[in-house]
Amino acid sequence: MGRKLLTEHINVEGIDTFEVYRKHGGYRSVEKALKTMTPDEVVEEVKKSGLRGRGGAGFPTGLKWSFLAKPEGVPRHLVCNADESEPGTFKDRHLMSKLPHLLIEGMITSSYALGANTSYIYIRGELLYVLRILEKAISEAYANGFLGKNILGSGYDLDLHVHPGGGAYICGEETALLESLEGKRGNPRNKPPFPAVQGLYARPTVVNNVESIAAVVPIVNDGGDEYAKLGVGKSTGTKLFSACGHLNKPGIYEIELGVPVEEFIYSDEYCGGIWKGRELKAVVAGGSSVPILPKELILKTAAGENRLMTYESLSDGGFVTGTMLGSGGFIAMDETTCIVRNTWSFSRFYHHESCGQCSPCREGTGWMEKVLHRLEHGHGHMEDIDLLVSVAKQIEGNTICPLGEAAAWPVAAAVRHFRDEFEWHVTHAKEAARPGAVYPSKAVLA
Amino acid sequence: MAKITFDGIEIEVPDGTTIMNAARTVGGSIVPPAMCYYTPLKGSGGKCRACLVKVTAGSTKDPRPMPKLVPSCITSVQDGMVVENTVNQQVLDVRKGIVEMLLINHPLDCPVCDQAGECDLQNFAFEHGVSTTRYTEERRTFDKIDIGPLIQLHMTRCILCYRCVYTANQVAGDRVHGVLGRGDAAEIGTYIENIIDQDFSGNVIDVCPVGALTDKTWRFKQRVWFTKPVNAHRDCPKCSGNVLLWYKGKDVLRITARKDEYGEVKEWICNECRFEKKETSDWTIEGPAHIDRSSVISANHYELPVLNHSVVADLPESTQRELEKNPPLKLGS
Amino acid sequence: MPLNLTDMESTNAPAKPQFSAAAQDEIKRIITHYPADRKKSALLPVLHIAQAEFGGWVSPEVQTLVAETLDLKPIEVYEVATFYTMFNLKPVGKHVLEICRTGPCMLRGSDELTAHLERLTGAKVGGETSPDGLFTLKEVECLAACGFAPIVQVREKYYEQLDTPENVDAMLTELRNMVHRPILPWEALAQN
Repeated sequence: MGRKLLTEHINVEGIDTFEVYRKHGGYRSVEKALKTMTPDEVVEEVKKSGLRGRGGAGFPTGLKWSFLAKPEGVPRHLVCNADESEPGTFKDRHLMSKLPHLLIEGMITSSYALGANTSYIYIRGELLYVLRILEKAISEAYANGFLGKNILGSGYDLDLHVHPGGGAYICGEETALLESLEGKRGNPRNKPPFPAVQGLYARPTVVNNVESIAAVVPIVNDGGDEYAKLGVGKSTGTKLFSACGHLNKPGIYEIELGVPVEEFIYSDEYCGGIWKGRELKAVVAGGSSVPILPKELILKTAAGENRLMTYESLSDGGFVTGTMLGSGGFIAMDETTCIVRNTWSFSRFYHHESCGQCSPCREGTGWMEKVLHRLEHGHGHMEDIDLLVSVAKQIEGNTICPLGEAAAWPVAAAVRHFRDEFEWHVTHAKEAARPGAVYPSKAVLA
Repeated sequence: MAKITFDGIEIEVPDGTTIMNAARTVGGSIVPPAMCYYTPLKGSGGKCRACLVKVTAGSTKDPRPMPKLVPSCITSVQDGMVVENTVNQQVLDVRKGIVEMLLINHPLDCPVCDQAGECDLQNFAFEHGVSTTRYTEERRTFDKIDIGPLIQLHMTRCILCYRCVYTANQVAGDRVHGVLGRGDAAEIGTYIENIIDQDFSGNVIDVCPVGALTDKTWRFKQRVWFTKPVNAHRDCPKCSGNVLLWYKGKDVLRITARKDEYGEVKEWICNECRFEKKETSDWTIEGPAHIDRSSVISANHYELPVLNHSVVADLPESTQRELEKNPPLKLGS
Repeated sequence: MPLNLTDMESTNAPAKPQFSAAAQDEIKRIITHYPADRKKSALLPVLHIAQAEFGGWVSPEVQTLVAETLDLKPIEVYEVATFYTMFNLKPVGKHVLEICRTGPCMLRGSDELTAHLERLTGAKVGGETSPDGLFTLKEVECLAACGFAPIVQVREKYYEQLDTPENVDAMLTELRNMVHRPILPWEALAQN
């Protein structure tokens, strides 16, 4: 097993308390940054590290930080996006509940780098119990002089608050998150202006995922170059993958980027293979919005190379034969899985979570769900399959925020790779509509 | 100033102008349609996606094309920007898709809708849509709700443009209605039974692009194309008093604000002017309102208007001759 | 579905709700997190407090109280409370079981779990509370605990791996034996 930068001490008894966390090297990055580095030097280290946003988009964090506008006399904010709700993704909850001080340490160091004096952690409302854990840890950090006025005598002030959402996936989109933090409906904003110029309270704001902010801690401790030595190519460092579905050992794994997908699924070190001795059928590798891939394409690229757990390798082949690393929500499906039913479930999710602001997403997500429901329940027609692709195309790229794409991609990809199964749902409607019906393998059909 | 090329036409507009408003300085069929954007309402636009256009060159400084279609109503022009609207097939295809999306939960019963003839969605669908639908599922429906004695809300027809919400915030004040729920279950409402009766609340009727918010004092009295719009004004302590009177014969059937060629209200009017002054004697008549040639409203034979001699002085000779042949109705009593 | 007052008529909320002293203190503390002219930011946290204090749901009266507390127009609260799915707009049973139904949970048997819970409690998903008034069943989307599927959330607690009858029984027994709702954090604070 490779090096662990974030979760090395996660199982230490009492690591959620300040004392134990500190004893294991906690808050060193704050001391180092505030006492020996300028804010720009911290930004530089993050740039050197090659860290890419861990929330799903994979945008280089250091570059995002460098876009932050710094008008004279206007406060800036760092907001941590802890609104983890992409189906298949459950890494941040784990990190925050077990290692609250890691996130707080990252928030302090990052806020210092960005010149923010008030920062927020926006956590999804369902995780109120994690909010309590974080608030307790924050009060410990205040008591020990790592938050508040004149931190460690450096003259730098920082207040950190946790803010709960209310149950809305869309608030994971950064501008919807900011609206929600302002006490409004989670309607994404039109961009530009981008948050780096006009974010929270119309002030320059950076929004980063929990894991990205946690990763700033080892980057500052060991240097960006050291971090960049881990991983493969532009996929540097370690990444948390949350594995779920039909696996023997679902859970959260911190891996050095570059582990082969096959090893991740089958090795006992990680997921331990498919449950009940069954065969793997398909994988959604980066949270429900990324394209689903059949077994053949998730283990190897179209060119026959081993697929690796990196941004580049997973997206090799574009959307025709590839997918995306996304948020690291790894969903494995065994041979008994009904792809149509699963696609319907994802579609229902995006329909339920659409904010309803712009017309293609508001109307299109519901339309796709209804057509998929019909297909799954034995009332579909052959033309429905092309209709799905067409509606997905009408949504994709034409919406205010990426929820449109997130809703369109899984549907389009499922039809792309499993069209015969969709057709079987029309030709064998009665059989397919039975609860628990399993699409027979091609061998059986032939 | 910024110079842009829009559908091959060079336009020069002040910096900060939106693509939409730049196109409007030229006018005609090149102007992108707007279902949610409304110039007088701050913050409106960007939602319906009807006005998406292709930017093939961002600016002189950065001539790269923009990767996605952009909403022309809220995207500012940059010097050297090249925009394609009616000449771009992708734009036209997407627009067709937007019509389809807006119509899947909208009843296709224009013949029985009070808004027919002056409905933005009807015009938009006629110009950009297809004549068949691929949507076979059930449409969402709502009961009609009276939000006060003067305005009726029929949520079934709403396309969630948010214009009425902005109007309540910016024009009427003391907003009691808003968008409730989310996704395709979102609706305009007051949540608890409430009455929208602020002085300027009637303007939500004028800004509504569809038949979702209608004037209860006018509903189903007459088809709009059988009525004749006449410009009139009165000395009103609350608003400008500049309105349109919609006549059928001698009767003023309804009163609305005056709108420009893009359907945008020029001056907000108060509820007193809109709902309570339905006698010709309440008004000083200015003359017939100009109606676009393509509108069904002018399709009817246009009779001479009710004129007030004492106010409208110096009429052209030909008009005076015409008036002598067909004497106008006597005003007041 | 149109929302209207008749659906919302309160049965177990007092006509004129008031926050407890402890909750008022908590609200004061939360408001300090935001700039003085941005009190509205406290809306979601205060709605959570309100729901916990007033029987697990936010009646129109409670929402209006929240508006008064934060100097907002009532409609600003209604718009927000109806947008976010965690806020219950109708009276609920003593325990609201929020069952995750999204893909990863479905793969591990959330449909079966839902049917099982309906049988065991007598409540209907998205509908009637169980006859004994104890349980309301609510299907929700992804709770971000997919590796421990299927999952049910009750208030601030996650019950995980409910794919065995034993785990389900243990959850229901725990909830049935709960005489009072758990002490809320701000109540605990006030007691100390």
